[in-house]
Amino acid sequence: MLAVTPVEYGVWAVASAICLMGALGVVLLPNPIHNALSLVATLFGVAVLFVSQQAYFLAVIQVIVYAGAIVVLFLFVIMLLGVDQADGLGRERQVWRRPAAIVIGAGLAVLVLVGVLAATTEVTGKHSVVGKLRPVRDVQSIGEALFTRYVYAFEITAVLLTIAVIGAVVLSRRPPGEAIDLDELPPLPSDAWDEDDRDGDEVVTDSAEVADA
Amino acid sequence: MNQNAYLVVAALLFAIGAIGLLVRRNPLVMFMCVELMLNAVNLTFVSFSRTLNDVGGQVIVFFVMVVAAAEVVVGLGIIMAIMRRRPGANADDLTMLRG
Repeated sequence: MLAVTPVEYGVWAVASAICLMGALGVVLLPNPIHNALSLVATLFGVAVLFVSQQAYFLAVIQVIVYAGAIVVLFLFVIMLLGVDQADGLGRERQVWRRPAAIVIGAGLAVLVLVGVLAATTEVTGKHSVVGKLRPVRDVQSIGEALFTRYVYAFEITAVLLTIAVIGAVVLSRRPPGEAIDLDELPPLPSDAWDEDDRDGDEVVTDSAEVADA
Repeated sequence: MNQNAYLVVAALLFAIGAIGLLVRRNPLVMFMCVELMLNAVNLTFVSFSRTLNDVGGQVIVFFVMVVAAAEVVVGLGIIMAIMRRRPGANADDLTMLRG
């Protein structure tokens, strides 16, 4: 049923390499901008893997929604907050945390890989419960399932999106009438420099006056 | 090579995302690692959808994408609100959010 051609194998190898390299870039690179761009690489790789499994609609949605919208949102926020706080993997408050995290993650990978690789090649499960795949007309198949069997979930999704939009607006606007308390903000480096410079000027003028006197 | 190859990639992607979520302290990067894990799960869904010749897996991937988009919008809103109040805060500085 699942004939694997050399072309699919090659596509799988290249796309998987791009995916995993991008994922490592997200985790390891210190600059948040580079993290976001590595995330784009991973998302494109996943889209290619979708295409190679005949999920064309999902591949298009993956590129448009993830790479087009979500990553741009990330980049907007990174630019808005400033990129000068590149921390990377530098500091950790407790020494045991990082080894513990790596052990947990590696254990997770080993567990899942053992589960996948030890499984038989036959997938046990009922075939085509919701509907058969139609590789060329997958939009029609997904649409039919979405508007018949999963129509309530679809409606709830609409409510969820509305709530998310309202929540984002509520979270990101300042309450009216509340002024910014300048004392709570740390002094900017440019202010400190101006202050030093002004002090220096005053010293110079003072000494000039002393010399005149 | 059969469908297991896709599942192996998805498992590695999920593990890398989990390690990143535990190791990094920048809230934005932690969010990106959550996206990595969601993508790994999507890949698994599509792979099983093809194996079982069932469109249900692809429909669920559609829903996961919608929920991920909503989650990113609200999460980035929260991060913006926190960063506006405390510039340069990382996840260790926000432990007062702990219940």
